[in-house]
Amino acid sequence: MFQRLQPEAANPTVTFTIDGKPVKARAGDTVAAAMLAAGLHYCRTTPVSGAPRAPYCMMGVCFDCLVTVDGIGNRQGCLVRVRDGMQVELQLGKRELGR
Amino acid sequence: MIVSVRLFFGALADAGSFVLDRTYSSEAVGTRIRIERQSMTRAKPTEFDVAVIGGGLMGSAIAWGLAKVGQRVTVLDEGDVAFRASRGNFALIWVQSKGLGLAPYSAWTMRSSNAWAGFADALKEQIGIDVCFQRPGGFNLSLSERELENRRSLLQRIQDQPGMQRFDFEMLDPARVKQAIPQIGPEVVGASYSRYDGHCNSPQLFRALNAAMQQLGVAYLPEHRVDRIEYVAREFRLFSARGEIRASKIVLAAGIDNVRLGPMVGLDVPVRPQRGQLIVTERTAPFLNYVVQTVRQTDEGGLMFGDSQEETGADPSVTSPVISVLANRAVRMFPQVANLNIVRTWAALRVMTKDGFPIYDQSERCPGAFCASCHSGVTLAAAHALFLAPCIAAGDLPAAQFKPFSSRRFDVPALAA
Repeated sequence: MFQRLQPEAANPTVTFTIDGKPVKARAGDTVAAAMLAAGLHYCRTTPVSGAPRAPYCMMGVCFDCLVTVDGIGNRQGCLVRVRDGMQVELQLGKRELGR
Repeated sequence: MIVSVRLFFGALADAGSFVLDRTYSSEAVGTRIRIERQSMTRAKPTEFDVAVIGGGLMGSAIAWGLAKVGQRVTVLDEGDVAFRASRGNFALIWVQSKGLGLAPYSAWTMRSSNAWAGFADALKEQIGIDVCFQRPGGFNLSLSERELENRRSLLQRIQDQPGMQRFDFEMLDPARVKQAIPQIGPEVVGASYSRYDGHCNSPQLFRALNAAMQQLGVAYLPEHRVDRIEYVAREFRLFSARGEIRASKIVLAAGIDNVRLGPMVGLDVPVRPQRGQLIVTERTAPFLNYVVQTVRQTDEGGLMFGDSQEETGADPSVTSPVISVLANRAVRMFPQVANLNIVRTWAALRVMTKDGFPIYDQSERCPGAFCASCHSGVTLAAAHALFLAPCIAAGDLPAAQFKPFSSRRFDVPALAA
């Protein structure tokens, strides 16, 4: 659905995981951008109705890009830069206490 | 383009007197719309069996109860500027620590708590809104031995009062608390527990009562702040900027505004605002299967941390020193909540009487005028709808039941002096 504007850009590649599966991204990508570039259609489901949601505003306002990052739930994917080895999980429904 | 709209208000139309005329005119381009609104035209004042002043939880519960027993009712409410404890409360239906100094208040609270399941069912059956009532039992967690001993002493003194309808409660050591709530932290030294405590979704309760009373024909009139009440020929005339309403009975359920309204009909309602501040977190997977007095998980998952008691007048501001204390205590009780994101903080004003107990009274000077004031509009909603309203409909608050709650109790020391 989304394509990079500069497919040949020279940023180094980083590898992170989404729900345990390795995914490649560019250094400097936000988690939300990297997930969209990887072709994901949604990154979370809502806590009450369970509707799927994808990153929307990409600037920290809409909270639709919530994901679990390295074990911490409900982080805004558009405000976190992806790192080598980062473990990202879809935020399915409510965050759990202690995560 | 001129469009004229005539709106007839459901129940009011029956009385045949209120017509709202609105003329909308818009200029051709459509970028600027001018709305002219004529005030309500009134052939003669609308008459009701009962006019309830105040459309919060107190007024709505009473109005719904009155309509259920066949009264023709109107509710005169303030607008969005109103102080609304009904929108700011903690949603507990709380029994265990109520009534030290007035045993009948404990009994009244228990009676409401016992009636709550049927009350919630009736609302759901009538209009399909689930107010999420649960009575799983309630804990009050102590963070020091002194707090725990004070708690035990308070609950025991309540039970030991003369005239008390006693009920069971337990004092639990941390191991017993942990069995019920494994997430408590090491600073919790014990707790009191009562199986009679519960909670609900109070915004849904507010919505349900408003919809249910209107479905039963109650004329709900927002933006009708009552400026003046006259008692003429055994009838009440209520004046607001929107006109005049007449009723054979009135109920003052206007929260802290009962102070202003009471003297107009010979009632003394000494209440004051008492601020409470609250925190709510993001929605969290359900883990708390009980109600904790200052930490509650809502049916939709958010955690609420409460609740301060501040004598700061009619100022519903949120202040960070108080919010910090609430957050700190919540984290000491449940260390894992420290990582949760807070999504809102807010404050609301309790309607507090001098002794903390409700005031239900009827006027001697103006028979048919009643008042109802309390700080537990959620806990007592069932009692107000099912037990208080039928007495108001019958025109009398029986002394056996309501004398302890008369505001005349505040006069006794003055008479003795």
